[in-house]
Amino acid sequence: MSDTAQQPPTAPRADVIHDIGYRHYEGPRLGRSYATRSLYTLSLRGSFGLGRSVKSKILPMALLAVICLPALIIVAVTVYTKLSKYPDTASYPNYLSIMQFVIAVFVAAQAPVALSRDLRFMTLPLYFSRPLTSRDYVQAKFGAMASAVFVLTGLPMLIMWIGSMLASMDFGYNLEHFGYGLVAAAFYSLLYAGIGLVISSVTPRRGFGVAAIIAVLLISEAVAGIIYAVLDVHGHSSGAGWALVISPSSLVATTVDWLFGLSGRGNIHVPSDLGGFVFLAEILLVAAASYGLLVRRYRKI
Amino acid sequence: MSVIITDNLTKRFPRVTALDRLTVDVQPGVVGLVGANGAGKSTLIKILLGLAPATEGTARVLGLDVATEGGAIRERVGYMPEHDCLPPDVSATEFVVHMARMSGLPASAARERTADTLRHVGLYEERYRPIGGYSTGMKQRVKLAQALVHDPQLVLLDEPTNGLDPVGRDDMLGLIRRVHAEFGISVLVTSHLLGELERTCDHVVVIDGGKLLRSSSTADFTQATQVLAVEVTDRQSDPSFDADQALLERLGADGLTAKADGGRVLLVEIKGDETYDLIRDAVADLGVGLVRMEQRRHHISEVFSYDQAEAEAEESAHV
Repeated sequence: MSDTAQQPPTAPRADVIHDIGYRHYEGPRLGRSYATRSLYTLSLRGSFGLGRSVKSKILPMALLAVICLPALIIVAVTVYTKLSKYPDTASYPNYLSIMQFVIAVFVAAQAPVALSRDLRFMTLPLYFSRPLTSRDYVQAKFGAMASAVFVLTGLPMLIMWIGSMLASMDFGYNLEHFGYGLVAAAFYSLLYAGIGLVISSVTPRRGFGVAAIIAVLLISEAVAGIIYAVLDVHGHSSGAGWALVISPSSLVATTVDWLFGLSGRGNIHVPSDLGGFVFLAEILLVAAASYGLLVRRYRKI
Repeated sequence: MSVIITDNLTKRFPRVTALDRLTVDVQPGVVGLVGANGAGKSTLIKILLGLAPATEGTARVLGLDVATEGGAIRERVGYMPEHDCLPPDVSATEFVVHMARMSGLPASAARERTADTLRHVGLYEERYRPIGGYSTGMKQRVKLAQALVHDPQLVLLDEPTNGLDPVGRDDMLGLIRRVHAEFGISVLVTSHLLGELERTCDHVVVIDGGKLLRSSSTADFTQATQVLAVEVTDRQSDPSFDADQALLERLGADGLTAKADGGRVLLVEIKGDETYDLIRDAVADLGVGLVRMEQRRHHISEVFSYDQAEAEAEESAHV
């Protein structure tokens, strides 16, 4: 019936609709892993507004510009003043802790985009009536968000590293610290994406998700800073470090400093070696727990 | 080959039994699944898609076991949910392409199939506009398109006529008919209105409270129950003339089975298209006015009143 309808395509004009009947699809069906990869790619592009409306490109692209611009300036100034290396306080991992609010705003703005649309418009049953499982969905979304944060944090450091080579700075030193920076970027990606997505997954309202993520990421930062300062002033400088367990960005910064023996920024550092292990474990645990919570959250849909 | 087979399928939730030893055998074609809200239709669809485990019993879709081969079933089956499921800020094309890729179609095939499918469900230039601006009828078409885009062997349509006006309803039912007749795809369509399904489906399954009430081909249904409701005015010139009685006698003479409904409505059994002509001619010859002549819509409640049928169905469900 439908086979007889197969006619050779005859360069149809745009304003003519040929009724060639229903044609069955005989091509490949690439299955679950392909669908998961597609969802990952589309979500990653979506985090930067690519493939979406102009309006949804503005914020992520602006944030990408904001986080890269100072890096360009640092490169320019360093090259112009003929310094042999970047200033310690603003190089690779330290650069990210200075810019941590940009990462927080990016996650707050984009994590709800990744999840709450599907919740709000009840699109999820359409995904799960296909080979894709809820676990695949979480995997794709978590992977995409973490990758987006990694791109955001990795790009300015890549600029600095390329700048260092163009200015013929010490190759080994810059490669080493670029590496440390990438480890920090990976930590930021896992931790921030996890926290952001878990919060987004409980609310179909995007605005609420944005506010909640901002609150958790930035207020915890402020509270940790205050507790740290108070304890430090009162002479408990070793104990003060423990206040950082509730601050995601300090957690990443101090753990990376401790792991690679860096001087860090100011006098903020892990309370002790034990503290270093605890901080590292906390980062990995929070990331894993977020993933687990997401899998649980989506299992029942 | 049977498209769907369930055997003593039971689904119990902590406080309610959604499906109670349901045994049905659905052949290829358009099959209606009728039941009041809460009769267990959506639960059945979830189990058939392999998304929820059955408490007891087994079910096979396209020969695949729902308990162990859910993934393979979902590759070959399309699903159109009852509720809204479309993001308003993307176009129908973008959305259906995305859903095609989620079904495992390569990007270029997804675009090609999307263009084809949207055309088949009757969406043309508007498919490039954001879905938010669509009418309910157009949205239902997009929902149908995403269920068809990967060329499934079976589609499960949950209340596809919900929220549509009478014209939209007829369009959707016609489209569903075409899905089987022209596309060669079997259809399981749910509704709480028996009347609209018996015109569209080859076979109707009625469930209530998770139990099978009746499963028969639509021919059986229509044979027993397809009637026309006819109402006429009295003769203006002669108020004493009993128009109803005269029409009854005349239709009887024409070989039609007619009876009074108690009120002013006559129920005439439909023998075929010529029945309409006979009634028209009879009314004209008697010189009375025709107030209405309509096919009586059957409601699910009528099926419930067939106590005998219910008892029989109960028995067959246990076999």
